[in-house]
Amino acid sequence: MVDNQRKVYMIAGGMTPFKKINFKEDFRLNVKHSLDYALKDSGMKTGDIDGSVSAYFSDHLQGQLIAGAMSNDFIGLAGKPSKRIEGGGATGGLAFQTAYEEIASGTMDTCLAYGFENMSHVGTWRGNDIIALGSDASFDYPLGGFYTAYYALMATRHMYEFGTTEKQMAMVSVKNHGNAMHNPYAQAPMNITVEDVMNSPVVSTPIKMLDICLMSDGAACAILASEDVAKSYSGKPVLIRSIGSSSDTMRLADRPFGEVPLLPNENTDMYSNLKYPGVHSFRAGRLAARMAYGKAGITNPEKEIDFAELYDAYTSSEIQAYEDMGFCPYGHGGKFIEDGRSMLDGDLPVNMEGGLQASGHAIGATGIMQAVYAFWQLQGTIHKHLGNSRLQVKNPQRGLIHSHAGTGAYEAVSIMEAV
Amino acid sequence: MVEWNYNTEYRHSYAEDSPFFTALGKGKLIGSKCKSCGFKYGTYRKYCMYCGSETDDIELPLQGKIHSFTTCYYSGETFRGDVPYTLVLVEFPGIDSLFMSRLFMRNGEKPEIGMDIVAQFKKFQTFTVNDVYFVPA
Repeated sequence: MVDNQRKVYMIAGGMTPFKKINFKEDFRLNVKHSLDYALKDSGMKTGDIDGSVSAYFSDHLQGQLIAGAMSNDFIGLAGKPSKRIEGGGATGGLAFQTAYEEIASGTMDTCLAYGFENMSHVGTWRGNDIIALGSDASFDYPLGGFYTAYYALMATRHMYEFGTTEKQMAMVSVKNHGNAMHNPYAQAPMNITVEDVMNSPVVSTPIKMLDICLMSDGAACAILASEDVAKSYSGKPVLIRSIGSSSDTMRLADRPFGEVPLLPNENTDMYSNLKYPGVHSFRAGRLAARMAYGKAGITNPEKEIDFAELYDAYTSSEIQAYEDMGFCPYGHGGKFIEDGRSMLDGDLPVNMEGGLQASGHAIGATGIMQAVYAFWQLQGTIHKHLGNSRLQVKNPQRGLIHSHAGTGAYEAVSIMEAV
Repeated sequence: MVEWNYNTEYRHSYAEDSPFFTALGKGKLIGSKCKSCGFKYGTYRKYCMYCGSETDDIELPLQGKIHSFTTCYYSGETFRGDVPYTLVLVEFPGIDSLFMSRLFMRNGEKPEIGMDIVAQFKKFQTFTVNDVYFVPA
């Protein structure tokens, strides 16, 4: 692929607290509040923004079509170029990458990526139905298919292939809910134990209630800029070093049984008996990471990434993502959490602010929420934004954000660096 | 806050996938084989996911093994009355990909990966993918 693009920086970010229900603010006001925060933090004005990319997943959840345009005029960007990006759970991550492309290509000097979702318009059971329409409506959904079941089918196979345990999955939940105790933006901070998770109601074996992310109302935004513009603001910009994305079959049943797409620090001997991806792993995640690593010159992500915001829609999917991202070899994801490596004080902290499990999952906002957290981490400004330093990774130089749609039908991985 | 009902009757056509649903009424499971690369699909599709070539219909074996399974105690609103139910991914001998279906166990039996299972067909067709389901062989 051609690499004659301009450097892209993130220069400001903001978000609303994520809530289960927020009937006092609609999606437009949520977007405005997140943008007001970013503008104030960076000393920018609305007029400094060249254009925007909006991100929301579902017209069904929103009950409002072309909601991006409604947000756009509400925040004072009427008359400027804008487009909507949709890609399931990767919606925010892909919108962030689209804003990157607007800058990298020279189309804009500043671009706002904003995402939102107000999932409280419907109850949880109906919400499950609506989200399940994001699977094959002829072959999968009519079976009673819904997303927890699809991820559960993957988790069952991951446990069979690699010996991953429900207890290891519970450890992810304990970590992410516990981290969120120090995050005032988080929807569900909780001091819980592995036993609490194991004893929570079974939703779809082996996944239990406390293994599952939240449904949220909220918004997040990121302002991206060219190098010249980034230098003109007094804040501390963060370089978006590279982006990567990929796709896979919508239907789990269509996934083939081939060979692992290797990272530079892996070899075929490691996986001689592994049929890949089957339904145990997310091939699109691995391919997206490999693309992003290739562009960034990363040859050993385990050593060269300082922290990550991974798509923990389920505790199992965080464990799978450790492997897809190459933080450990395939099959070692359970041990990765068991050894505490993804804990706040581990060598590769993951979802320091609580992830989708505890910070929240307002679908269109989620990938951008991850970018904002990564931005604050790399700026070293967690104390300023969260009111305490408990979640600040020490002197991070490079972070990774990752989100996926469906059971990995689209995946987005972006690498961000301190400058 | 006000409440309003969002209810639409969709005309859902199976279109090019129709042969699969018709075959269920004849007690047959139809998969696909790519004319170009020969990949054999356990779930019907008219075009190959790799090369976009058209596929041929192939008859699938009625017996397979459990590749993965989950028992659902919650669901979407539409299937609230069905819980608990079990979903399986079925692997067929000689076929390169899987098929998702419901599994009905006899009392006291528990699903396991690798278990032999066999397709059963509903007596009265509903013309949905639920016209086929699996039971232990």
